[in-house]
Amino acid sequence: MRVRVLYFGALKDLFGRGEELLELADGTSVGEMVMKYRDRGLGETGIWQSIAVAVNQEYARGEDVLRDGDEVALLPPVSGGV
Amino acid sequence: MIVEITDAVIDTAMVTAGMKAGSDGAVCVFDGIVRDNTRGRRTLYLDYEAYREMALEQMRGLAAEAATRFGVRDVAVVHRLGRLMVGETSVLVVVASAHRGAAFDACRWLIDTLKKQVPIWKKEVFVDGAVWGAGEPFPAEMALHAGDDVEMLG
Repeated sequence: MRVRVLYFGALKDLFGRGEELLELADGTSVGEMVMKYRDRGLGETGIWQSIAVAVNQEYARGEDVLRDGDEVALLPPVSGGV
Repeated sequence: MIVEITDAVIDTAMVTAGMKAGSDGAVCVFDGIVRDNTRGRRTLYLDYEAYREMALEQMRGLAAEAATRFGVRDVAVVHRLGRLMVGETSVLVVVASAHRGAAFDACRWLIDTLKKQVPIWKKEVFVDGAVWGAGEPFPAEMALHAGDDVEMLG
């Protein structure tokens, strides 16, 4: 299956693009997809611990299973401030 | 209810004036503006970006929840994107209510919750470099490492 991955903030700079298509095995979960990125050793390891993921614009959990055509956004911690 | 993401200057006075109605006794305004430094490092400007469609949906949800949760009459939430200079408004929250207590509470809850969960990021550009604003951790129910998958993401 194929999903469209969106990158924002620091991740957009890291990958040098805002989105790409990703080929994944059927049944891949959100958590498994993020682990693939982490295992590629890209960026600071901390960033993969701190992100949230949205699937089709809703916050998702690690165990959620992805489907062909999903829009998967990798979201670094949002702007914050106190 | 006014919920907007805009690339244009936010007219705080106009939005605030438009929120007032006869039954209101209080209008509480949070005007979030660009500060000239972060921990003493001099800021030139901020570049804001968003996951625009999702951010707007999240802001709509928060505005509706604030009205219900605090019983206020009306809410405006406006966020600007793009390059903002020192002193410019990046985010505006206005709450109109019969009484001030609910207006203050709803206003505070809205800006605090927005800053934690609405997908908007800022790159701070200083005289001597740039950095993505280090946000707070996501609330547990949104963070990927929440719940059952703690070990999976080790």
